[in-house]
Amino acid sequence: MQADNKLLKDLTPEIEGTKASWYITFSIFFIIFVIGIYGLVQQISKGHIVTGMRDNVVWGVYIVNFIFFMGLSYAGAILSGALHLFHTSWRRPIIRLAELITVISLVIGPFFIFFCIGRLDRLYFLFIHPRIQSPITWDVIAICTDLVGCFIFLYLSFIEDFAILRDYKELEVPNWKKKVYSILSLGFTGTEQQRKIIASARTIMATMIIAIAIIVYSVLSWIFGVTLQPGWHSTIFGPYFVISAVFSGTGILIILMWIFRKIYHLENYITLRHFKNVGVLLIVVSAFYGYFTFSDYLTKWYGSVKMDSLLIDKLFSDYYSLFIFANYVGILLPIIIIGLPKFRTIRNITIAAAIALVALWINRYLIVVPTLETPFLPIQDSRAEWVHYSPTWVEWSLTLAGISVFGMLFMLVSKIAPIISISEMQEIDEEELLK
Amino acid sequence: MAKNELEQSSRRKFLKKFGMGVGVLSIAGVAGASVLNSKTGKTSSGKRIKLLTADGKLVEANADDLTEVTLSTDTLKEEARKGLTGRKFVMVIDLAKCKNARKCVEACQEGHMLPKSHEWIRLYLLQDDKETSRYWFPRPCFHCDKPMCVSVCPVGATYKRHDGIVLVDNQRCIGCKFCMTGCPYSARVFNWKDPEVKMPEGHQYDPELNIPPVEGTVGKCIFCADRVRKNEIPRCAAACPMGVIYFGDIYEDTVTNGVETLRLSKLMTDRGGFRYREDLGTLPSVFYLPPTQRMFPVERGLENPDSTIKERYKNAGPR
Repeated sequence: MQADNKLLKDLTPEIEGTKASWYITFSIFFIIFVIGIYGLVQQISKGHIVTGMRDNVVWGVYIVNFIFFMGLSYAGAILSGALHLFHTSWRRPIIRLAELITVISLVIGPFFIFFCIGRLDRLYFLFIHPRIQSPITWDVIAICTDLVGCFIFLYLSFIEDFAILRDYKELEVPNWKKKVYSILSLGFTGTEQQRKIIASARTIMATMIIAIAIIVYSVLSWIFGVTLQPGWHSTIFGPYFVISAVFSGTGILIILMWIFRKIYHLENYITLRHFKNVGVLLIVVSAFYGYFTFSDYLTKWYGSVKMDSLLIDKLFSDYYSLFIFANYVGILLPIIIIGLPKFRTIRNITIAAAIALVALWINRYLIVVPTLETPFLPIQDSRAEWVHYSPTWVEWSLTLAGISVFGMLFMLVSKIAPIISISEMQEIDEEELLK
Repeated sequence: MAKNELEQSSRRKFLKKFGMGVGVLSIAGVAGASVLNSKTGKTSSGKRIKLLTADGKLVEANADDLTEVTLSTDTLKEEARKGLTGRKFVMVIDLAKCKNARKCVEACQEGHMLPKSHEWIRLYLLQDDKETSRYWFPRPCFHCDKPMCVSVCPVGATYKRHDGIVLVDNQRCIGCKFCMTGCPYSARVFNWKDPEVKMPEGHQYDPELNIPPVEGTVGKCIFCADRVRKNEIPRCAAACPMGVIYFGDIYEDTVTNGVETLRLSKLMTDRGGFRYREDLGTLPSVFYLPPTQRMFPVERGLENPDSTIKERYKNAGPR
């Protein structure tokens, strides 16, 4: 397999050599990760008492992180899947990023469930004593399916690249890496038939992972939706969660585009055009997401149902500033920044995406925690931590560890294969010729 | 060989029927059956003994072949999942008599070896509106007929039995806490740390008594299923000095607080019994009698408890 020499020259240096800054960043991530592990050890040895969770707020930051990471992953799937299906040609430099977001966050997400579970040693009971009535069982099935599906989709897009790297003689990498490429490329030589098989497999997988992604995130929302709790018991939750997942996925994609463009010098490949296009996507999605958020809270606020009123009162008193930030600033600001052409620079779009991402995390927090602080029977307790949830350092350390693993996995992958798909980029020329 | 196995299995069946229905833990049985662990040695008196089986047959057995047995945990768990046939338990709580004496809480904690922070029965001071009066509201688990907790449990650790009782097998529970978010009555508590309960040597776990509490699992009121099997009323009902808590069988239409025994249907009619938040549709097995013509002013309940308990009710008000 041959590839454009310029492309290879531009995209392979990160595979061939590693700069000191990479090692420093990686070490920082690793230290954060180790602190998280220490927190986990504390939690396992002393019990969940070291977290801020108590009998009323039994789910806290862990579950918020779980929903958040799962959101990132499915949005990645929907984005890359949809962009692939619609043959959007500008997708090519960023599709690999989107696919990587999907698989990496899908791997990290479930770990937060593991942190939240009281008896990690009995986790396998989910498989040996499953009860299909439980939305958790639906979730286990859905997530496992999605993990396999997304991994296959990702791998399919890697095969051609591995073949190119295998056959690129000037590539200065250790022998083991060459060997890895040769094994992982599965004997792909670029024949007409091989290309056809891969292309149709990718189209099939793209369709499938869109469907699976919608199912998985809906199932996730039903973990909340099926309960009777005020604020959770909502029919809108399925589509609401799906759209918020796309919202966060678009946000993280923009942020990662900015980071990799900067540090791997991909300015020629990831341009303002890409930021604008994904940014427009972010506007559309945030409009939808804002609409869902508004209609969900409006109906609760307008009516006189006691539990809904209590919840809304809580959101607008104890959680006032968080609520305003998450559901007003976090939705409107990205729309304004990206919506007005004169603000539309790469930096501004990235800032808008970062705001959107943080706001969405807080939105998830405001869905999980205040509801649990508003049970049907009033919380009558003299212990402050039983009444009001505040996360402890253990929970934060594991949250940061999750983020650092996200970073580390991206850094590692970028050392094995280019963060921009070589084979995808090559096809641009072919497409343009056809036109 | 095959015949021998057949014999074994029919013997096993016999023993099971024999031992369980009547609800005694130590029964006579033939040694060697795999569900049983033999305990005492043999004598050689040559006597024959008459025994009544669970389904009412009189049988005779060689006294030498009989050994006292304890049931294995697996058998106990299996039986605890079935419950008592032909029964359906209910509780009636008379709000007119409750004065927050908290004896129910203490008896429950003692009986189930709970740490002081765990209250399977909890006392709320409720006020529905600023125009209406306050009242004490003891809340055990409601043992709903449509229990959310059971629906959402992913591993079948919590389950509904034929006799209406909802139990938790804390050797099965994975601690996902979904049941706690599912329960609209905050009836469940989580063991956030090791409760450090020392159990006597040879203690066998039985979900009907559900001790000891296990770190990382969920616990809740279990209607004292162990006492119910022995035809006794739950610990809270027996301990209440005011006779607030009545317990009984809805098929027999009778409830008792240990002092008086009443007709359930008549009690409901006469006193206007109701269930908490009927609108949620969970069909609780716990009924309340409204706090009418009360025996004590509500403030009486704030006199005796210690300061940390009193502090709980500081902000109690209309909601």
